[in-house]
Amino acid sequence: MLTDFLPIENGKAIALDQVPQLRFEDFQRRTLQLVEHGAKVVQFFAYADQGAIKLLAVLRTRHLLVAACPAPEVFPSLTRHCEPFHLFEREIAEQYGLRPEGHPWLKMVRYHANQRGVADVFGNDYAEDIPGRYKYYQVAGEEIHEVAVGPVHAGVIEPGHFRFNCIGERVLHLEIQLGYQHRGVEPLMISSPTKRWPIIVEGIAGDTAIGHSLCFAQAMEALSGRPADQGAQRIRSVALELERLANHIGDLGALSGDVAFLPPANYCGRMRGDFLNLTLLLCGNRFGKGLVRPGGVRFSLTEEIRKTLLQRLAELKPQVLHTLDLLFATPSVRARFEECGTVSREDADHLGIVGPAGRASGLDYDVRRAFPTEAYAKLDVRRIVVSTGDVFARAKIRANEVRQSIALLENLLAEPSETATIQPMPSTLAPASLAVTLNEAWRGEVSHCVLTDAQGQLLRYKIKDPSFHNWNGLAMALRNTGISDFPLNNKSFNLSYCGFDL
Amino acid sequence: MLKTLRNRFEQGYRTTRYPKTPIQLPERYRGLPGVNTSAPMELARRCAEACPQTAIDAQKKQIDLGRCVFCGTCEEISEGRFISFSRNFELATASKEALLTQGSLPALAEHSKKHFKKLFGRSLQLRQVSAAGCNACEADLNVLATPFFDLARFGINFVASPRHADAIVVTGPISRNMKTALLQTYDAVPAPKAVIAVGSCTLSGGPFRGSPEISEGLDQLLPVDLFIPGCPPHPLTNLHAFLNFFK
Repeated sequence: MLTDFLPIENGKAIALDQVPQLRFEDFQRRTLQLVEHGAKVVQFFAYADQGAIKLLAVLRTRHLLVAACPAPEVFPSLTRHCEPFHLFEREIAEQYGLRPEGHPWLKMVRYHANQRGVADVFGNDYAEDIPGRYKYYQVAGEEIHEVAVGPVHAGVIEPGHFRFNCIGERVLHLEIQLGYQHRGVEPLMISSPTKRWPIIVEGIAGDTAIGHSLCFAQAMEALSGRPADQGAQRIRSVALELERLANHIGDLGALSGDVAFLPPANYCGRMRGDFLNLTLLLCGNRFGKGLVRPGGVRFSLTEEIRKTLLQRLAELKPQVLHTLDLLFATPSVRARFEECGTVSREDADHLGIVGPAGRASGLDYDVRRAFPTEAYAKLDVRRIVVSTGDVFARAKIRANEVRQSIALLENLLAEPSETATIQPMPSTLAPASLAVTLNEAWRGEVSHCVLTDAQGQLLRYKIKDPSFHNWNGLAMALRNTGISDFPLNNKSFNLSYCGFDL
Repeated sequence: MLKTLRNRFEQGYRTTRYPKTPIQLPERYRGLPGVNTSAPMELARRCAEACPQTAIDAQKKQIDLGRCVFCGTCEEISEGRFISFSRNFELATASKEALLTQGSLPALAEHSKKHFKKLFGRSLQLRQVSAAGCNACEADLNVLATPFFDLARFGINFVASPRHADAIVVTGPISRNMKTALLQTYDAVPAPKAVIAVGSCTLSGGPFRGSPEISEGLDQLLPVDLFIPGCPPHPLTNLHAFLNFFK
């Protein structure tokens, strides 16, 4: 009888029958053991295979590890022993109607009926189409008051509901209820023809179109045995760094705006657009939609475009660096950023925070270094980690990553990248296989997990945006923080609603 | 202080003179598609079959800009002999029918409702509602407030409360979970009011067509006055639409 996980590689397909099928008890014991010894949960989800419901977990240590087991209708919750399973188990309960018994806070994730048509674990009536109609966690006491925000917010941003329990100005607890953006992306992938997949994936989170497209394309490449050539990999890395730059610079500007220091707010707003325009120059879309496809890229890097990109980058670089310098050298900015919304390393570790938010709390993990894809194995992606865990740390990490991304781009664009025209996708994929892909998008680890059936059709398409890990980090940052600092903290994370809601 | 001033000089004056001076977008930008109506039927069929959005009607040789995400697959397949995308970013229409096109769109300014221009021509306050949008449409609306576009110089602003708004700007395929909140926001806007649908998702469900969790077009829920195609529409597409429809 198998009792252990199997090491796998990022972006390499394996046959489904190679995935260790453990007994549930062994699966649970080993998973808990690994996670208690520092392994992190990359994926943990349920899927239906020939009528049987199974659980599959992908963990990461220095390797990626995978194992599966039959899913009991009711199973003892792993979250009871180990926090990082919290949301994954709620998602399993919501998607497949399985009950993790003893889960400390078993509430819905995205507010939709389960895929099997069995009784709802949460007792919800989905004829009522408001995820927020729910009895929120309450703090009792004479001076306690609640603030409810959303789903429609004051700015041009995505919807979600925030419920603050405050004593005076101080937030004791913030509960975040999402689900308003739920579009049913995972089942839609299964029911849609192949030609629609790249378009759907580009819409998972538009600000991370490249990050998600890379995960999708790499999975398809693994399952069809048609890898992208080196030129295409360089171009895709260029696009991923441009995406990181645009978002980090935009958010640093917004952070500046939130502490009422308007010069960098305006400069960054404009320069963010300039970086989006570089992506537009490359592929005709400011968010990189239409660029990445299984097997490569749809737009080559002509010499003219390569030189224009380099030249525009050279123009923008001093402007960006000087603006960042201004932002961080201004005492009124530092006074607001420092010691605001601190997430300790211990909390970040327990919650499984990823990306810049994790690195701001001292968690040294970057997919580009740990499990490199595309051109990253050949690039010098240096470690950028800060340990204070406050708004300042999250801003500082972003600023340092801006500098790093500019250097990476200069390197990637230094020489011509030639790539062949991509071949159309085959109509079927490798049968009965599994591919797991991870990429470091600007918010952190994006991961897709694709399972095929005996005919080479999609059996399960599982998507995980870094926001799935990090929303609880924002809630944690708000504890004992003034409610007026919420916008600042929110922007320092700037998490995806639609990437979470799927 | 010196640093602030030095940055200010380095940044310079950045606001575009559009619409007084035209703007040319880069070569690879895909705007208003041209349709060659004399292209062979077989070619048109191949394009229609390959279109991920089923936006092409091979029989009528027309393309539905409401469904189109401007990926350029049809142009690639036909090597521009059936459909070729121009750099024209002026894509908005005042009716859903006009989105079915063979390459030309009715002049937007002439199809605007006259009372809208009178009411909102000098001051237009917009309330944006993201209803399951992927944040691309939202981002490219938000960018209109940055110094390059400087939307406020036209008397147009995004406001926080629907009570202060003249129109709602909707993005996203209107998920089941967002429908009530969207309709309540619309109700909270005082009449007379306008409804603006931005992006392929809002016009037709976009990439998410067929999912039971979304709606296939805002016009099924509310009377839409202005349709802005794109995935997402370029900020200039939005700006052109606002200026021509309301000013």
